[in-house]
Amino acid sequence: MTILFYIFAAIAIFGGIGVVVYKNPVTSAFSMVFSFLGLAALFIQLDAYLVGTLQILVYAGAIMVLFLFIIMLLDVPQEEKRSFPLTAGVGALAVGLGLIVALMIVLKKSGVGEGTLPKLEAASGKGLTDIHKIGELLFSTYWFPIQIVGLLLLVATIGVVVLSRKELR
Amino acid sequence: MDLDILAVSTLHITIAAAIKVVAFVFLTILPLVALSVWAERRVSAAMQDRVGPNRVGPLGLLQPVADGIKFLLKEDFTPKHVRKGFFWLAPALTMVPSLLTCAVIPFGSSLFGEKMVIADLDVGPLFVFAIASLTVYGIVLAGWASNSKYPFLGGVRSTSQMISYEISLGLSIVPLIMIYGELNLGRIVQDQAVNGWAMLPLWGEGLGKNLLLWIPVTISFVIFTTSMFAETNRLPFDLPECETELVAGYHTEYSSMKFALFFLGEYAAMIIGSGLAVTLFFGGWSLPFGWLAPETGAAAADIPWWHGAIHILTFFAKVIVFILFFIAVRWTLPRFRYDQLMDLGWKVFFELAIINVILTAIILWVIK
Repeated sequence: MTILFYIFAAIAIFGGIGVVVYKNPVTSAFSMVFSFLGLAALFIQLDAYLVGTLQILVYAGAIMVLFLFIIMLLDVPQEEKRSFPLTAGVGALAVGLGLIVALMIVLKKSGVGEGTLPKLEAASGKGLTDIHKIGELLFSTYWFPIQIVGLLLLVATIGVVVLSRKELR
Repeated sequence: MDLDILAVSTLHITIAAAIKVVAFVFLTILPLVALSVWAERRVSAAMQDRVGPNRVGPLGLLQPVADGIKFLLKEDFTPKHVRKGFFWLAPALTMVPSLLTCAVIPFGSSLFGEKMVIADLDVGPLFVFAIASLTVYGIVLAGWASNSKYPFLGGVRSTSQMISYEISLGLSIVPLIMIYGELNLGRIVQDQAVNGWAMLPLWGEGLGKNLLLWIPVTISFVIFTTSMFAETNRLPFDLPECETELVAGYHTEYSSMKFALFFLGEYAAMIIGSGLAVTLFFGGWSLPFGWLAPETGAAAADIPWWHGAIHILTFFAKVIVFILFFIAVRWTLPRFRYDQLMDLGWKVFFELAIINVILTAIILWVIK
């Protein structure tokens, strides 16, 4: 099982690197799909089947398809090779290292990293699988935030429709 | 489940899964693909009062083998103007997701104490939709990588078509999930075996003792089946590759085995789509009227092997009937116009699916 973790983690990381490194926008977008797939597999390894599946369904299967679609339709040209400024590289490295150090400190202090966490089914106590658990929480504890988010999405959708209508004066 | 038992039986689970993958995907689905190609040609011939391929082997049954050999031996020509990497990747990307979706479809109850499903996930239908939504990459990349006009138009058409119909496909099964309160395909089928199929609730408790639910289920089935035609790019919705407008659409530039992979991918998607429709609406592996139905909550080991064998045969019999339905529709209906296709998806099915969800909720609320 550990070897599977390393394989999928490598897919996720190299996909992420590919997004930045490749000059061709289609290749970049496609690397991102691979990164999402690796990430989804990692979620599934953590018993979070719903999160992993939604990761594929929403991000890899819908959003990235639209990205790719638009890149192809607009025929975005290949990026030109630019010289890479040294200061930017140092900055990126510093931010990345800072993030890793911060994560390590948090994990060390919380003690999450020591020992294996219980299985999700066992942790929820009732033998509920994660999808039932999430459904229950969404419609009991978090029903109000869900309504707000729904409203927000509706407003955004109406906004898009209004903005994209050309004959509107 | 006890954690110790899990650790001990990891190897056993892995071996059982491997056997199931080989037996179900490679020894059943792939031959079924070949068989459905043969059936397509024979049925279409019968419907058009022709003879069809009947020379190779008895009834022409070896025709797919001959076709396969032809595909392998033909020159694999890669045109100069294509984007090589993606051109090679695209056929594999259409074939692989289609086969991956087999993993969650229960093709039998159990055999020798082993559940007849490769991965007994609690998010079955979602997993199928998630993986199936990746098929579009193969087609869109094929169109783009070919670097010529007709394939590109085919790729663009297929992208918008598949995105549009994914929505109604996903929404159409929500009423079923509400009725069963379950996303595990195995348990949905078990429920149908005891309490009546979703589309034929005539025995047991018949969809929660109320035939009223039969109305939303039927609407669901119509939306689901039609969307499935659109998702698999089959006639009457085969706009991405319609030969009268686009030569051959996204696979115009492909030859030899690469073309065959597109072909196989389409038929595999059709078979899995049939499998999912059978599982959700026609009781999967279960026989009608609760015959030989295992009791709910029965352990896999309690089901006699010959019951299991009959269940597997039942599942494939139903799938084959569904494939024949796919074929019959293809040779009956003319192709839609592109704007009609989009109108149907966005202006009819999308709304109908949402209304159907609300209708189901109201009925369930009234019954309770």
